[in-house]
Amino acid sequence: MAIKVIIPTPLRGYAGKQDSVDVQGATVGQALNSLTSRYGELKRHLYAEDGRLRSFVNVYVNDEDIRYLQKDDTPVKEGDTVSIVPSIAGGAFQAEPSTLAKKQNSRGEGLDGHQD
Amino acid sequence: MATKTDFSAATGAARAAALSNEEVLRYSRHLIMPEVGMEGQLKLKRAKVLCIGTGGLGAPLGLYLAAAGVGRIGVVDFDAVDLTNLQRQILFSTEDVGRPKIEAAAERLRHLNPDIQIDRHETKLTSENALDLFRDYDIVVDGTDNFPTRYLVNDACILLGKPNVYGSIFRFEGQVSVFGYEGGPCYRCLYPEPPPPGLVPSCAEGGVLGVLPGIVGSLQAVEAIKLILGKGDSLAGRLLLFDALAMRFRELKLRRNPACPVCGDHPTIKELIDYAEFCGIRGEEAPAPQANVPEITPRELKSRLDRGDDLFILDVREPHEYQICNLGGYLLPLGDLPKRVSELDSSREIIAHCRSGKRSAEATEFLQKAGFRKVLNLKGGILAWSDEVDPSVPKY
Repeated sequence: MAIKVIIPTPLRGYAGKQDSVDVQGATVGQALNSLTSRYGELKRHLYAEDGRLRSFVNVYVNDEDIRYLQKDDTPVKEGDTVSIVPSIAGGAFQAEPSTLAKKQNSRGEGLDGHQD
Repeated sequence: MATKTDFSAATGAARAAALSNEEVLRYSRHLIMPEVGMEGQLKLKRAKVLCIGTGGLGAPLGLYLAAAGVGRIGVVDFDAVDLTNLQRQILFSTEDVGRPKIEAAAERLRHLNPDIQIDRHETKLTSENALDLFRDYDIVVDGTDNFPTRYLVNDACILLGKPNVYGSIFRFEGQVSVFGYEGGPCYRCLYPEPPPPGLVPSCAEGGVLGVLPGIVGSLQAVEAIKLILGKGDSLAGRLLLFDALAMRFRELKLRRNPACPVCGDHPTIKELIDYAEFCGIRGEEAPAPQANVPEITPRELKSRLDRGDDLFILDVREPHEYQICNLGGYLLPLGDLPKRVSELDSSREIIAHCRSGKRSAEATEFLQKAGFRKVLNLKGGILAWSDEVDPSVPKY
């Protein structure tokens, strides 16, 4: 009945703090759409303004990168696992924390609750 | 690129031709394994590995490579040991706080194994020095903490044809792979571009489980040693994901991107570039975007509180931070501010604060736009309060 989307640690705060979410859909695009319609804040972290997946976010169906399948149109079926894998930089942790996610629009949305 | 690379063949220093009796004893648990044996141990002895960073990842990596008898280990770092490092950077002891990391690290590795050579590179890795630094080594291990250096390490490795053993961590989660090995994919094939600064929380924002870099750095050490021995299946072409909370390892397929600008069929990057610019970072620190919000210094706040002024202290940090220390303020996390703004009284003068002043600057700006006239941001946050007013408040 469902496709499991695995949410990576940096994005869990935008997905009700869950590590995975069950969604419906016949393609990866539909599955992610179902996810972002439930968790609106996730959308701008996954997609750029032009509607394309951000270049530092990869999406896999099971263990295959959708860039080498049919991208958003890659079919998914019940029991498949969709993984969202963003780049993370950490290792030595010497850097000062950066500022918060910047607001993406003038309505003041996008205030995030990360530590500063 | 189809054959296994033999890292030991090119060097063959005379002193590495054989093991002393003491070395035979030291490495006996390697020597009695057919996968290593005398041949493998001599390969380790002749190998030259460069570790970028001596932090969370570099610590277990350096320790295991030194213990394994890797003959020459280069370490690159320019930082000093800090008390907050000791929660995970197991190369260092409490008495090392304040010392240059490179000095403490080299000393620790030398004590562990006096038979090997430790090269100290006390410098920041840059586009100017990376190629010269890498040239002397067989394998580069990336234990850095930021995107510009990761892309720099990747590109320099590809340009020189050196494998790059990659590891990265965030909170409870880690990634490991081997890039640029025998025609396999590189970091840019995985992620063509870094996130713009600030969109994804940086690691220092998110914290990290102290053991996590121990696991990921150890996995990097395993991969480096396997490359040296020429044994087993490397992680080239695979991305290993580790989730410590779920205690689950997963593996994803990585492909070389024929259009990759550095390792693709028609590369466009043929020399090192400006990686700060590539990652959208101008200057060392990104300037605070809310520099214009009205501020109050900790000392001013203290004297106004002492005077008995009616001030409403608004703490916009998270509840788990409030438990660490607080100024007795009203807790309303920044992320909840838009939906809970009605809890605040706009007729009172509000002093917003967080840990360092960044989140509260954003809160101050938000409240001003929402019509609050009397809002001030506590400059420097609780950290500055601790420095300038009340040292009994712990810093974190």
